[in-house]
Amino acid sequence: MRFNRARAEHDNSRPRGFSGAAALSLASCAALALSGTAAANTSNGYNLPIGVTDLSQAMYGLHMEVFWICVAIAVVVFGVMIYSLVTFRQSKGAIPDTTMVHSTKVEIIWTVIPVLILVVMAVPAADLILKQEDTRNSELSIRVTGYQWKWQYQYMNAGEGVDFFSTLKQDSNFARQLGSGIDPKTVPNYLLDVDKPLVIPSGTKVRLLLTSMDVIHAWWVPDFGAKRSAIPGYVNELWFKVDPGKEGIYRGQCAALCGRDHGFMPVVVDVRTPDDFKKWVEDQKAASKQAGAPAPAVPADPPTSARVIN
Amino acid sequence: MAHDHAADTAHHDDHHGEPAKGIKRWLFATNHKDIGTMYLVFSLTMFFIGGAMAMIIRAELFKPGLQLVDPAFFNQMTTMHALVMIFGAVMPSFVGLANWMIPLQVGAPDMALPRMNNFSFWILPFAFTILLSTLFIPGGAPAGGWTMYPPLFLQGGNYVALAIFAVHLMGASSIMGAINVIVTIMNMRAPGMNLLKMPLFCWSWLITAYLLIAVMPVLAGAVTMLLTDHYFGTSFFNAAGGGDPVMFEHVFWFFGHPEVYIMILPAFGIISEILPTFSRKPLFGATSMIYAIASIAFLSFIVWGHHMFVDGMPLAAQVFFMMSTMLIAVPTGVKVFNWTATMWKGSLSFEPPMLFALSFLFLFTIGGFSGVMLAIVPVDFQYNQTYFVVAHFHYVLVPGAVFAIMAAVYYWLPKWTGNMYSMGLAKTHFWLSTIFVNVLFFPQHFLGLAGMPRRIPDYAVQFSDWNMVSSIGGFGFGLSQILFLVVIVQCARGGKKASAEVWDGAAPTGLEWTIPSPAPYHSFAVAPEIK
Repeated sequence: MRFNRARAEHDNSRPRGFSGAAALSLASCAALALSGTAAANTSNGYNLPIGVTDLSQAMYGLHMEVFWICVAIAVVVFGVMIYSLVTFRQSKGAIPDTTMVHSTKVEIIWTVIPVLILVVMAVPAADLILKQEDTRNSELSIRVTGYQWKWQYQYMNAGEGVDFFSTLKQDSNFARQLGSGIDPKTVPNYLLDVDKPLVIPSGTKVRLLLTSMDVIHAWWVPDFGAKRSAIPGYVNELWFKVDPGKEGIYRGQCAALCGRDHGFMPVVVDVRTPDDFKKWVEDQKAASKQAGAPAPAVPADPPTSARVIN
Repeated sequence: MAHDHAADTAHHDDHHGEPAKGIKRWLFATNHKDIGTMYLVFSLTMFFIGGAMAMIIRAELFKPGLQLVDPAFFNQMTTMHALVMIFGAVMPSFVGLANWMIPLQVGAPDMALPRMNNFSFWILPFAFTILLSTLFIPGGAPAGGWTMYPPLFLQGGNYVALAIFAVHLMGASSIMGAINVIVTIMNMRAPGMNLLKMPLFCWSWLITAYLLIAVMPVLAGAVTMLLTDHYFGTSFFNAAGGGDPVMFEHVFWFFGHPEVYIMILPAFGIISEILPTFSRKPLFGATSMIYAIASIAFLSFIVWGHHMFVDGMPLAAQVFFMMSTMLIAVPTGVKVFNWTATMWKGSLSFEPPMLFALSFLFLFTIGGFSGVMLAIVPVDFQYNQTYFVVAHFHYVLVPGAVFAIMAAVYYWLPKWTGNMYSMGLAKTHFWLSTIFVNVLFFPQHFLGLAGMPRRIPDYAVQFSDWNMVSSIGGFGFGLSQILFLVVIVQCARGGKKASAEVWDGAAPTGLEWTIPSPAPYHSFAVAPEIK
């Protein structure tokens, strides 16, 4: 709610007349949002999720800091504007002061103050970039490959040999067809569920190595503060460490337009305790041995057939 | 020097007399007013075509699930909406305003290069016929986003060649328009009008014209490489052939970011004309306003990387692009503060141009705030490619650039037609537009922050409510624009006669108000004297 109030305040600082209708619509919007269905992530439906990693929490903190600075500036600037609109009206008999045309002093003031404010924002931001880019000392690496329209996860380190694809779940897939007649609200986690989620341990620094076999995709889980493009010919790095005690299912989506079914390649991550994760890895290995088949190999070419898979 | 040239042209024009009759007047137009009118009518047409596409997008997003269109067609709509609005609606309307107003504001009889002017306009209908025709060919229109990123764009069929050819034509048209503006301003100012006395609208266009000449060839190069990759087996952007898809992004955004300012700098000029008029007070800090525009133009060349933070970038580059991007807030802030100071101790009245200018001032500033937030790299990783970005650039482009264009039309329309328009209808258009544009785009901030990616035809159910609100705003905004058309058509057909000064009660400055309304077919045949 804190954020919502801020938005309303932001909006009220518009000139009279603007704000009436806008605030009204915002109020009704807020009511709608509150009655909405529960979010699949830790976002409250109108703000960034605080998330479950150090990085996502730091991002949220910086986001709110910058947001409040913007609100403060908005209050001052819009305040002066509205004061002018109310006070210096011709209809109130205001006489223009046509001699007021220039002042080097105020020009310098309103150049220097914004620079200082920007420095205040830039310093913690640069600090956080350093942290985000530090992928050293990861404990588990997973290769993530984007395809039109699914993800492939290949584990290294403790998960060596585990390799599978992750695709939109069947029930969502049926419901999302044009004219399916299925109400999306009846489908659990509509468009945000997969047949086989990525499983990772909590309290462990996980590094993803992202690439793509066809077009540019982007892997994104808002609750981890983790988004990076998967680009053919490149390996991009990304890390996150889910706080212990925050085990559970976290959902995201492909975030780079990747063709017809860009909207239908979710990312789902199942965070388990390190012990459960170890057990899961063993189960996976046993299952693939039992099946007598090696893990699915990486296709040599971007499969053209992938373009018609729904 | 400038004087002699202007006098020669004036003498030459005396032989022309009245406009040609019928279609020839328009096909062979060399008169800056005729060409300006054609540009403006063309861009209004494109505004409605692009708007219709936006209506399809918002209708599909009205509720979760796919109800109306196939995802592939949805992607065509988002891509074409952007291309049509950017290259067809916003840019040509600014060129149309430049054509009409720059000669009138600098006291020149016409644009410096009238035949090239004709050519640069007449390219556009062909370019957009080609682009829009892709909607009807097998495989459909471009669907990879207006940014045309490979490899996705290259997966397309026949549209690749047609879209690239259309982009080349639009680029050629823009470059010719820009050259015309620069040559006119540099050579045809009335005697005594030195550059610092020149109206801010001309200044903003002069700088914009240099930006256009600098970056349109870059776009042409980028799309030509796409063309050869697709048809001639080169591998500029094909990783399997040793090429680099990210290089396209660098080249594209080296064009793309200055392009963003090409769409807003003339708007700054327009606002700097209108606010002083209806505040009855000269523009505060006019010189620093010019420096601010020039600084923004310079900075626009060194910030392109902020579009691609999530694509992987060296640490130093991330910090550099963050800092340079944040710096843009400084000259932009200076502009907003100077506009505010212009109103301070003024005597304000609220005619339609002023209302749109005020709406610009508030709502563009909101777009500026979200711009500062987006510049913060670590958090940009969360914002990037979400509806937060969509909200941001629509705030700066719709209540920003488009409202400024509407303000300009309402400001100068009586000068063009000689008639006053219906103030009541225009004010209704203003209120509906301002209310609905916020209902349309403000909730998109929430959608983006809550995690909804952009460019998706269907979404998870937790995004339902805000999308419905946004769509309602979209339909309302779209329908309100019909009023705009009604006001313009009514005004062109007749109405209360406008005086030479048009805004008698206010304080319009500039040479355009010294000639009668409607502006005679040939104006400033004898250069005016500026003291």
